Amino acid sequence: MGSKGVKAFSMIVTFCIMFVFWVLLSAWVSYHETPGHFNLLHVCEGIIAALIVTVISHELLIPEKGEKVLVKSLRLIPYLGWELWQIVLANFDVAYRILHPKMPIDPRIIEFETTLRSDFALTTLANSITLTPGTITILVEPEKGKFLVHALAKKPADALLVDKTMQKKVAHVYMEE
Amino acid sequence: MHSIDLIATVLMAFGAFFMFTGALGLLRLPDFYTRLHATGKCDTLGEVLLIVGCMVYQGWSFLTIKLFFLMLFIFIANPVATHAIMKAAYVTGVKPWKKGEERR
Repeated sequence: MGSKGVKAFSMIVTFCIMFVFWVLLSAWVSYHETPGHFNLLHVCEGIIAALIVTVISHELLIPEKGEKVLVKSLRLIPYLGWELWQIVLANFDVAYRILHPKMPIDPRIIEFETTLRSDFALTTLANSITLTPGTITILVEPEKGKFLVHALAKKPADALLVDKTMQKKVAHVYMEE
Repeated sequence: MHSIDLIATVLMAFGAFFMFTGALGLLRLPDFYTRLHATGKCDTLGEVLLIVGCMVYQGWSFLTIKLFFLMLFIFIANPVATHAIMKAAYVTGVKPWKKGEERR
Protein backbone atom coordinates (compact mmCIF):
# COMPACT_ATOMS: atom_id res chain seq x y z
CA MET A 1 0.00 0.00 0.00
CA GLY A 2 1.18 3.52 -0.78
CA SER A 3 1.04 6.31 1.77
CA LYS A 4 -2.29 7.52 0.33
CA GLY A 5 -3.78 4.06 0.74
CA VAL A 6 -2.56 3.85 4.32
CA LYS A 7 -4.00 7.30 5.07
CA ALA A 8 -7.40 6.41 3.64
CA PHE A 9 -7.35 3.08 5.50
CA SER A 10 -6.49 4.72 8.84
CA MET A 11 -9.18 7.40 8.33
CA ILE A 12 -11.87 4.81 7.51
CA VAL A 13 -10.93 2.62 10.48
CA THR A 14 -10.86 5.60 12.86
CA PHE A 15 -14.20 6.86 11.57
CA CYS A 16 -15.86 3.46 12.00
CA ILE A 17 -14.53 3.07 15.54
CA MET A 18 -15.56 6.62 16.53
CA PHE A 19 -19.05 6.27 15.07
CA VAL A 20 -19.67 2.87 16.67
CA PHE A 21 -18.43 4.34 19.95
CA TRP A 22 -20.81 7.30 19.60
CA VAL A 23 -23.75 4.99 18.85
CA LEU A 24 -22.91 2.84 21.87
CA LEU A 25 -22.64 5.78 24.23
CA SER A 26 -25.46 8.09 23.19
CA ALA A 27 -27.81 6.90 20.46
CA TRP A 28 -29.53 3.99 22.07
CA VAL A 29 -32.44 3.24 24.36
CA SER A 30 -30.78 2.70 27.71
CA TYR A 31 -33.97 2.51 29.75
CA HIS A 32 -37.53 1.81 28.66
CA GLU A 33 -38.83 5.06 30.14
CA THR A 34 -36.45 7.44 28.36
CA PRO A 35 -36.47 7.31 24.56
CA GLY A 36 -33.03 7.20 22.94
CA HIS A 37 -31.90 9.75 20.38
CA PHE A 38 -31.84 7.42 17.41
CA ASN A 39 -33.42 9.58 14.71
CA LEU A 40 -32.00 11.15 11.54
CA LEU A 41 -30.97 14.48 13.09
CA HIS A 42 -29.05 12.93 15.96
CA VAL A 43 -27.37 10.33 13.74
CA CYS A 44 -26.21 13.15 11.44
CA GLU A 45 -24.80 14.96 14.46
CA GLY A 46 -22.99 11.77 15.42
CA ILE A 47 -21.55 11.38 11.92
CA ILE A 48 -20.31 14.99 11.93
CA ALA A 49 -18.75 14.61 15.38
CA ALA A 50 -17.04 11.36 14.32
CA LEU A 51 -15.77 13.03 11.14
CA ILE A 52 -14.24 15.96 13.06
CA VAL A 53 -12.46 13.57 15.43
CA THR A 54 -11.28 11.46 12.47
CA VAL A 55 -9.78 14.43 10.61
CA ILE A 56 -7.99 15.70 13.72
CA SER A 57 -6.66 12.48 15.16
CA HIS A 58 -6.60 9.63 12.64
CA GLU A 59 -2.81 9.49 12.79
CA LEU A 60 -2.87 8.66 16.48
CA LEU A 61 -4.65 5.33 16.11
CA ILE A 62 -2.83 4.00 13.03
CA PRO A 63 0.42 5.89 12.39
CA GLU A 64 1.24 6.20 8.68
CA LYS A 65 4.75 4.83 8.98
CA GLY A 66 3.61 1.96 11.23
CA GLU A 67 4.47 -1.56 10.11
CA LYS A 68 2.59 -4.79 10.79
CA VAL A 69 -0.05 -3.04 12.89
CA LEU A 70 -2.36 -6.04 12.68
CA VAL A 71 0.21 -8.55 13.94
CA LYS A 72 1.14 -6.25 16.82
CA SER A 73 -2.53 -5.72 17.77
CA LEU A 74 -3.14 -9.48 17.73
CA ARG A 75 -0.07 -10.11 19.87
CA LEU A 76 -1.25 -7.45 22.33
CA ILE A 77 -4.38 -9.44 23.29
CA PRO A 78 -2.66 -12.38 25.10
CA TYR A 79 -0.27 -9.88 26.67
CA LEU A 80 -3.22 -7.94 28.15
CA GLY A 81 -4.63 -11.17 29.62
CA TRP A 82 -1.27 -11.96 31.23
CA GLU A 83 -1.01 -8.39 32.50
CA LEU A 84 -4.48 -8.57 34.13
CA TRP A 85 -3.48 -11.76 35.97
CA GLN A 86 -0.24 -10.10 37.14
CA ILE A 87 -2.23 -7.12 38.44
CA VAL A 88 -4.43 -9.42 40.53
CA LEU A 89 -1.46 -11.39 41.94
CA ALA A 90 0.58 -8.27 42.72
CA ASN A 91 -2.41 -6.53 44.31
CA PHE A 92 -2.71 -9.34 46.84
CA ASP A 93 1.02 -8.95 47.53
CA VAL A 94 0.69 -5.21 48.24
CA ALA A 95 -2.45 -5.75 50.33
CA TYR A 96 -0.48 -8.28 52.41
CA ARG A 97 2.36 -5.80 52.91
CA ILE A 98 -0.01 -3.04 54.00
CA LEU A 99 -2.10 -5.18 56.35
CA HIS A 100 0.85 -7.01 57.96
CA PRO A 101 1.45 -5.54 61.45
CA LYS A 102 5.21 -5.08 60.84
CA MET A 103 4.80 -3.78 57.25
CA PRO A 104 7.55 -5.73 55.38
CA ILE A 105 8.37 -2.95 52.94
CA ASP A 106 11.81 -1.90 51.69
CA PRO A 107 11.34 0.89 49.13
CA ARG A 108 14.05 1.49 46.56
CA ILE A 109 14.61 3.24 43.24
CA ILE A 110 15.93 1.02 40.45
CA GLU A 111 16.91 1.74 36.86
CA PHE A 112 17.33 -0.52 33.85
CA GLU A 113 17.70 -0.26 30.09
CA THR A 114 15.50 -1.95 27.53
CA THR A 115 15.66 -2.58 23.81
CA LEU A 116 12.38 -0.71 23.23
CA ARG A 117 12.42 2.54 21.22
CA SER A 118 8.97 3.26 19.75
CA ASP A 119 6.46 5.44 21.57
CA PHE A 120 3.78 2.75 21.74
CA ALA A 121 6.13 0.15 23.20
CA LEU A 122 7.57 2.53 25.80
CA THR A 123 4.10 3.70 26.84
CA THR A 124 2.84 0.13 27.12
CA LEU A 125 5.76 -0.91 29.31
CA ALA A 126 5.56 2.23 31.49
CA ASN A 127 1.82 1.80 32.02
CA SER A 128 2.21 -1.93 32.70
CA ILE A 129 4.86 -1.23 35.32
CA THR A 130 2.68 1.38 37.00
CA LEU A 131 -0.43 -0.83 36.88
CA THR A 132 1.39 -3.75 38.49
CA PRO A 133 1.23 -2.95 42.20
CA GLY A 134 4.59 -2.55 43.90
CA THR A 135 6.26 -0.61 41.09
CA ILE A 136 5.70 2.87 39.63
CA THR A 137 7.53 4.34 36.65
CA ILE A 138 9.19 7.66 37.57
CA LEU A 139 11.07 8.65 34.43
CA VAL A 140 11.53 7.27 30.92
CA GLU A 141 14.36 8.19 28.58
CA PRO A 142 13.14 7.31 25.08
CA GLU A 143 16.57 7.58 23.37
CA LYS A 144 18.21 4.86 25.46
CA GLY A 145 15.02 3.02 26.42
CA LYS A 146 15.97 3.68 30.05
CA PHE A 147 13.44 3.37 32.88
CA LEU A 148 13.62 4.76 36.41
CA VAL A 149 11.24 2.83 38.66
CA HIS A 150 10.22 3.16 42.32
CA ALA A 151 9.65 -0.26 43.87
CA LEU A 152 7.90 -0.95 47.19
CA ALA A 153 10.02 -3.98 48.11
CA LYS A 154 12.74 -6.31 46.85
CA LYS A 155 10.40 -8.84 45.24
CA PRO A 156 8.71 -6.53 42.70
CA ALA A 157 12.09 -4.89 41.99
CA ASP A 158 13.69 -8.26 41.24
CA ALA A 159 10.84 -9.12 38.88
CA LEU A 160 11.97 -6.20 36.71
CA LEU A 161 15.74 -6.39 37.27
CA VAL A 162 16.41 -10.14 37.26
CA ASP A 163 13.55 -11.96 35.55
CA LYS A 164 12.72 -9.21 32.99
CA THR A 165 9.59 -11.17 31.99
CA MET A 166 7.58 -8.01 31.33
CA GLN A 167 10.27 -6.40 29.16
CA LYS A 168 10.62 -9.59 27.11
CA LYS A 169 6.87 -9.84 26.60
CA VAL A 170 6.49 -6.20 25.52
CA ALA A 171 9.50 -6.53 23.18
CA HIS A 172 7.87 -9.62 21.66
CA VAL A 173 4.55 -7.80 21.17
CA TYR A 174 6.16 -4.82 19.40
CA MET A 175 8.90 -6.88 17.68
CA GLU A 176 11.74 -4.76 19.07
CA GLU A 177 13.92 -7.46 20.61
CA MET B 1 -30.95 -15.66 46.65
CA HIS B 2 -29.95 -16.01 43.03
CA SER B 3 -26.48 -17.20 42.18
CA ILE B 4 -25.94 -14.00 40.16
CA ASP B 5 -26.56 -11.91 43.28
CA LEU B 6 -24.04 -14.05 45.14
CA ILE B 7 -21.34 -13.58 42.48
CA ALA B 8 -21.97 -9.83 42.34
CA THR B 9 -21.80 -9.57 46.14
CA VAL B 10 -18.52 -11.49 46.29
CA LEU B 11 -16.96 -9.30 43.57
CA MET B 12 -18.13 -6.08 45.23
CA ALA B 13 -16.92 -7.29 48.63
CA PHE B 14 -13.44 -7.93 47.19
CA GLY B 15 -13.55 -4.49 45.53
CA ALA B 16 -14.47 -2.83 48.82
CA PHE B 17 -11.70 -4.80 50.56
CA PHE B 18 -9.08 -3.47 48.14
CA MET B 19 -10.40 0.10 48.45
CA PHE B 20 -10.17 -0.28 52.23
CA THR B 21 -6.62 -1.58 51.94
CA GLY B 22 -5.71 1.42 49.81
CA ALA B 23 -7.12 3.82 52.40
CA LEU B 24 -5.33 1.98 55.22
CA GLY B 25 -2.08 2.08 53.27
CA LEU B 26 -2.45 5.84 52.86
CA LEU B 27 -2.48 6.13 56.65
CA ARG B 28 0.13 3.50 57.53
CA LEU B 29 2.89 3.83 54.92
CA PRO B 30 5.83 6.10 55.77
CA ASP B 31 6.32 8.61 52.93
CA PHE B 32 4.92 10.20 49.79
CA TYR B 33 6.09 7.60 47.27
CA THR B 34 4.96 4.56 49.20
CA ARG B 35 1.58 6.17 49.92
CA LEU B 36 1.15 6.66 46.20
CA HIS B 37 1.65 2.91 45.80
CA ALA B 38 -1.32 2.25 48.07
CA THR B 39 -3.71 4.82 46.64
CA GLY B 40 -2.80 4.51 42.98
CA LYS B 41 -2.82 0.74 42.69
CA CYS B 42 -5.11 -0.95 45.16
CA ASP B 43 -7.75 1.46 43.93
CA THR B 44 -7.35 0.26 40.34
CA LEU B 45 -8.27 -3.33 41.16
CA GLY B 46 -10.83 -2.17 43.75
CA GLU B 47 -12.69 0.03 41.30
CA VAL B 48 -12.54 -2.58 38.55
CA LEU B 49 -13.93 -5.29 40.84
CA LEU B 50 -16.76 -2.97 41.96
CA ILE B 51 -17.61 -2.22 38.33
CA VAL B 52 -17.51 -5.89 37.32
CA GLY B 53 -19.81 -6.58 40.27
CA CYS B 54 -22.22 -3.94 38.96
CA MET B 55 -22.02 -5.50 35.49
CA VAL B 56 -22.90 -8.94 36.83
CA TYR B 57 -25.70 -7.54 39.01
CA GLN B 58 -27.21 -5.50 36.18
CA GLY B 59 -27.31 -8.44 33.79
CA TRP B 60 -26.67 -8.21 30.06
CA SER B 61 -27.97 -4.84 28.95
CA PHE B 62 -26.82 -1.64 27.36
CA LEU B 63 -25.39 -0.42 30.64
CA THR B 64 -22.91 -3.31 30.60
CA ILE B 65 -21.14 -1.73 27.63
CA LYS B 66 -20.99 1.66 29.32
CA LEU B 67 -19.60 0.10 32.49
CA PHE B 68 -17.05 -1.79 30.40
CA PHE B 69 -15.85 1.46 28.82
CA LEU B 70 -15.66 3.03 32.29
CA MET B 71 -13.40 0.15 33.35
CA LEU B 72 -11.23 0.52 30.25
CA PHE B 73 -10.70 4.24 30.84
CA ILE B 74 -9.85 3.70 34.51
CA PHE B 75 -7.21 1.20 33.35
CA ILE B 76 -5.72 3.75 30.97
CA ALA B 77 -6.06 6.92 33.07
CA ASN B 78 -5.07 5.60 36.50
CA PRO B 79 -1.43 4.65 35.76
CA VAL B 80 -0.89 7.84 33.76
CA ALA B 81 -2.09 10.04 36.63
CA THR B 82 -0.06 8.05 39.19
CA HIS B 83 3.05 8.34 37.03
CA ALA B 84 2.50 12.10 36.57
CA ILE B 85 2.25 12.73 40.34
CA MET B 86 5.29 10.51 40.97
CA LYS B 87 7.37 12.30 38.33
CA ALA B 88 6.36 15.72 39.70
CA ALA B 89 7.50 14.68 43.19
CA TYR B 90 10.77 13.22 41.90
CA VAL B 91 11.63 16.25 39.76
CA THR B 92 10.94 18.71 42.60
CA GLY B 93 13.25 16.69 44.84
CA VAL B 94 11.11 14.87 47.40
CA LYS B 95 13.50 12.44 49.10
CA PRO B 96 12.35 8.80 49.14
CA TRP B 97 12.10 6.99 52.48
CA LYS B 98 14.58 4.16 53.07
CA LYS B 99 14.24 1.18 55.38
CA GLY B 100 15.26 2.00 58.96
CA GLU B 101 14.56 5.73 58.79
CA GLU B 102 11.89 7.42 60.84
CA ARG B 103 8.49 7.77 59.21
CA ARG B 104 7.52 11.23 58.03
